[in-house]
Amino acid sequence: MNKEMGFHIENVSKQFRNKKLVVQALENITLDICDGEFVALLGASGCGKSTLLRLLCGLDFPTEGSISAKGVPVTGPGFDRGMVFQTYTLFPWLTVEKNIRYGLKKKKLSKPEIAELTQKYVKTMGLEGFEKQYSNELSGGMKQRVAIARALATNPDSLLLDEPFGALDAHTRLSMQEFLLDIWTANPKTVVMVTHDVEEAIFMADRVVVLSSRPGKIKEIIEIDLPRPRDRKMKIDPRFIAYKRHATDLIYDEFLKENEEFASAAGNG
Amino acid sequence: MAKRNAFKDAFIPQTTLTKRTYLIVSVITFGLILAVWQLMTTMGMVDSLFMPTPKDTVEAGIRLFTEHEFLSDVKITVYRVLMGFLISVAVALPLGILMGTYAPFEAVIEPVMSFTRYLPVTAFIPLFILWIGIDESEKIAVIIFGSLPQLILMVAVDTKKVQHELTEVAYTLGTSKIAVLWKVIFPGAMPSIIDSLRMVLGWAWTYVTVAEMIGASEGIGYMIIQSQRMINVANIFVGILTIGFIGLIFDYLFKGLSRLLFPWK
Ligand SMILES: Nc1ncnc2c1ncn2[C@@H]1O[C@H](COP(=O)(O)OP(=O)(O)OP(=O)(O)O)[C@@H](O)[C@H]1O
Ligand SMILES: [Mg+2]
Repeated sequence: MNKEMGFHIENVSKQFRNKKLVVQALENITLDICDGEFVALLGASGCGKSTLLRLLCGLDFPTEGSISAKGVPVTGPGFDRGMVFQTYTLFPWLTVEKNIRYGLKKKKLSKPEIAELTQKYVKTMGLEGFEKQYSNELSGGMKQRVAIARALATNPDSLLLDEPFGALDAHTRLSMQEFLLDIWTANPKTVVMVTHDVEEAIFMADRVVVLSSRPGKIKEIIEIDLPRPRDRKMKIDPRFIAYKRHATDLIYDEFLKENEEFASAAGNG
Repeated sequence: MAKRNAFKDAFIPQTTLTKRTYLIVSVITFGLILAVWQLMTTMGMVDSLFMPTPKDTVEAGIRLFTEHEFLSDVKITVYRVLMGFLISVAVALPLGILMGTYAPFEAVIEPVMSFTRYLPVTAFIPLFILWIGIDESEKIAVIIFGSLPQLILMVAVDTKKVQHELTEVAYTLGTSKIAVLWKVIFPGAMPSIIDSLRMVLGWAWTYVTVAEMIGASEGIGYMIIQSQRMINVANIFVGILTIGFIGLIFDYLFKGLSRLLFPWK
């Protein structure tokens, strides 16, 4: 096995069976993600992005095919893969500080080490002064920052992000994107980030994996050859705009195809 | 700028009142009820044999506590309610949480409890008297039989309401499948469980009163049924009001406990 390998996804398909309905969420996904690479999964709502991320996390398992992380088959969730969910998932009964510390207590660390690490992530996430707050007293952006801090604190090999900024306004979103890039530059690890925002995907990732819908398949993989470090000025760079046009066309293409299906289905019925 | 109208503002959907306003409103409400009661009785709109005046009621209350040792009736009733309630909680808490967490427990317990829940407790009192007698354990059994099935189902529902993603995120942070039970599900469900306990404690008062009316020699319910035989309506009023006040006190204790245990709410 290649030591540089972050994730190895081979011929993965995933079906959901609900009563009589069978949903083919993913079909024949094959993808290798390098160690330390930033990959964005881009696609329309319902195309299976979250499903693929959950498979990488080990919260669910493929119907067919196999997934390994750093050469080890994924058999369940683990310390080596941190996850930030699409919905807010801070433990409401714990303060910001205790949320961040939650995973650390499971690692065999001394008390001072835990305190030091917690403080470090409070600082890097700009959460000073909020350590003793409960999550219902925080803004959406802050909640996601705590969730990212909590996932990073255990120092996982990879970070799985499911539309972490989906619920944020455009401005907060942009600053969170820059913020996450800074953290990633300072401490590079494999990142797989789900998004349906074309700009966000291109701005952050080394590669953008565009998924098509029903069943979710890889439509195209776009290598983003833009210099790093990147900041908001990058978004008006002509190269950035060219990538954006291309990716938007792909997604729109998908949208048209799907609507054609709807149209013909309506015509038949 | 237009002047804000405090009265109108108070009726904006889903707003809250200040503590002071709330207190004033509740005092006025009680005052109004008292006034209506006073008017109806003194103006002779109702037969004084069946409806005592507030003054009669207070006097009856004083007489009951000073001459008839009503305090020991109150004590024994509170004791029965608390025993029945606490035993129910001790059983319902673990069972309900297991049921809300593990599907097999649900499959075993749910159907039985859903069935038992519909059986009227009152119909079982004669049976319990035959089986157990008319001592303390019979009263407590009535309370348990009335509250336990409901409580188990309510605790199970509260437990199920805990967001599934919270357990999943705990897995990714190294919590085992067993440990999520007390690391995530228990703390997550606790606030609504406490609310359910508060509701069920209220019902326990109904069960104890009925049990005391049918086969007892002391207790608030016993006093009430005795007073009925002697057509002493004022005493019945005292009994009912006493239960109301004790209920109110327990309600406040529960609310205080919630604030103490769940500062994040
Ligand atoms: N547990 C499940 N049971 C049944 N069907 C499911 C389940 N999870 C997902 N699906 C189906 O699989 C498909 C993909 O869902 P998924 O949540 O992965 O989409 P997504 O790309 O993340 O969408 P969104 O952008 O809206 O979050 C959908 O059609 C969904 O209905
Ligand atoms: Mg999703």
